Amino acid sequence: MFAPFLLALRGAGLPVSVTEYLALMGAMHAGVAEWSVEDFYFLARAVLVKDERHLDRFDRVFAESFKGLEAAEGLTARALPAEWLRKLAEKLLSPEEMARIEALGGFEALMQRLAELLAEQKERHQGGSKWIGTAGTSPFGAYGYNPEGVRIGQDKSRHKRAVKVWDRREFRDLDGDAELGTRNFRLALRRLRRFARQGAPVELDIPDTIRSTANNAGMLDLKLVPERHNAVKILLFLDVGGSMDEHVRLSEELFSACRGEFKHLEHFYFHNFPYERVWKENRRRHDRVIPTEEVLRTYGADYRLIFVGDAAMSPYEITMAGGSVEHWNAESGRAWLERLTGHYRRSAWLNPTPESQWGYTQSIAMTRQLMERRMFPLTPDGIEAMTRELGR
Amino acid sequence: MGHLPAATIGDLHVAAFASTETYIASRDLEVAVNAAVTLQRPLLVKGEPGTGKTMLAHEVSAALGLPLIEWHIKSTTKAQQGLYEYDAVSRLRDGQLGDPRVHDIGNYIVRGKLWDAFAADQPVVVLIDEVDKADIEFPNDLLLELDRMRFFVYETRQDVVAKHRPVVIITSNNEKELPDAFLRRCFFHYIRFPDRATMERIVAAHYPDLRQDLAREALNVFFQIRDVPGLKKKPATSELLDWLKLLMVDDLPAEVLRSKETHVVIPPLHGALLKNEQDVHLFERIAFLARRGER
Repeated sequence: MFAPFLLALRGAGLPVSVTEYLALMGAMHAGVAEWSVEDFYFLARAVLVKDERHLDRFDRVFAESFKGLEAAEGLTARALPAEWLRKLAEKLLSPEEMARIEALGGFEALMQRLAELLAEQKERHQGGSKWIGTAGTSPFGAYGYNPEGVRIGQDKSRHKRAVKVWDRREFRDLDGDAELGTRNFRLALRRLRRFARQGAPVELDIPDTIRSTANNAGMLDLKLVPERHNAVKILLFLDVGGSMDEHVRLSEELFSACRGEFKHLEHFYFHNFPYERVWKENRRRHDRVIPTEEVLRTYGADYRLIFVGDAAMSPYEITMAGGSVEHWNAESGRAWLERLTGHYRRSAWLNPTPESQWGYTQSIAMTRQLMERRMFPLTPDGIEAMTRELGR
Repeated sequence: MGHLPAATIGDLHVAAFASTETYIASRDLEVAVNAAVTLQRPLLVKGEPGTGKTMLAHEVSAALGLPLIEWHIKSTTKAQQGLYEYDAVSRLRDGQLGDPRVHDIGNYIVRGKLWDAFAADQPVVVLIDEVDKADIEFPNDLLLELDRMRFFVYETRQDVVAKHRPVVIITSNNEKELPDAFLRRCFFHYIRFPDRATMERIVAAHYPDLRQDLAREALNVFFQIRDVPGLKKKPATSELLDWLKLLMVDDLPAEVLRSKETHVVIPPLHGALLKNEQDVHLFERIAFLARRGER
């Protein structure tokens, strides 16, 4: 019954499968969502979505797939007062249209027919198919009125709900990734995992145990060592805007690949070159800036710093105070980059521009020199080279 | 809204989960819990810290009238510990001391939380708290156990099968990505931060004798703080409740909380709301700028 909905979800990149679909059918069968679109929405969300990053995409697909259902429910709620409808029609229709309605048998006849339709729909709703299949009998649509009429009827329904839950898109901020096509990066980034011996003692240290048991006159004395576990921390600085626009997609792919790999991952955005301020939300880049100083203070030197940017700009943006194209920077970009790389000893710059073209842009050569040649192309091979560099 | 159906666990009928006097659940959470209970799937709950993820399990157990078994996960917890542990060291010691118990290996099998839940004579609610704290393989090691609700004890050649499928509630703080195969077996709910109306209900549920004016001003301040950009840890429901308790104990007048202008002021007893020094600094800076702006 909901197979097209499921396919639409898959098309939008949500990893739903037959298992979830059957679970949804099972829950519907068991009557968890009883005759309410909203409950059905909540149920489908609980069953089909497994990650809050997918909630927004789910909301969009749900709105698209079940458009019109809620309108039917609103109309069946109760018959609308006739004057109210008339007033509405007068507001919406031009005099010519009103004349045409007269030709169809007059406004009263139309209202009569509308009332019949509403009554019919109410009966059907009592018959049990309250919210499926009645969308086609919308009275206004049947008579070729302005479709606004239907929408207004819905707004004034007993629910008094201006926006449907799934249309509010409250989870938009959580959708952070462009998952597809990131396999290569995932594989390369996995190399970044460093196995460090730290944490609680959980592994049996056999040589030490034998030694101390012997020392203990044969009574068992266990010795443990910390188990290996993943302890890589990453700071990601992403260049956005300007000359980076064509590379933003590549950077986003890298970003989403990183998400799954590390225990600590923080990302910041900058424009062209890192200066005294960065920001976390691209939409709020002007009012929610974070001083780079604060980044330096907050994240310890054990973080690895990765820049992603094409480093293509005027050389003055690197060398001169006030060289930024966006604002007045009191200190040169070079000073800030040196401060960052000085604090984060293990840092690297990933460049989406093909390596063969680096020689043609002066600013790339300068940045590469400032990074002490730790600039790598944004390809799986380049990332592998970078992880070797950072993993040392 | 349709009326709530009673949930069923196997052939046992229990009351459906709904908001109680002390726990305000949104409608979507109710639907998610009832779906998980009815279809006997684990429910994975995520959300900001302090939005009542762990409380949910307590409330579900109370609402369904079933006992609760809590399994708190730490970074060193192994999946096996939830099933059983074979205490080889005790057995070796007993062997060295010549204890007759040593001949029965069953004496050294220590039951875990899941075994307790499986062996219970009635359905229970199992809370697996903060599953993301454990090793990355931890969820994978529990796939079959949560799916089939059974496991095998190798030492005693014993097959442990759940008498009644327990209601399993799993919470996560998103510190680690959970594997797809694990997610596939769960229902999922993301507890959103409550809006103002819900928050008022929550406060009323916890402190029914709180003065109206104080509650209103406190909520104003609270939502103002949450709107301050750049906070490292936004205060959540549990922080608000703690703070209100402090305000009530001190019996502060509501005027103290009312800022004269729209400016943000540092609220009294802010230690309950702001949990790290960077946030307090941020606040002091904003208050300073606001004062300077008044001149």
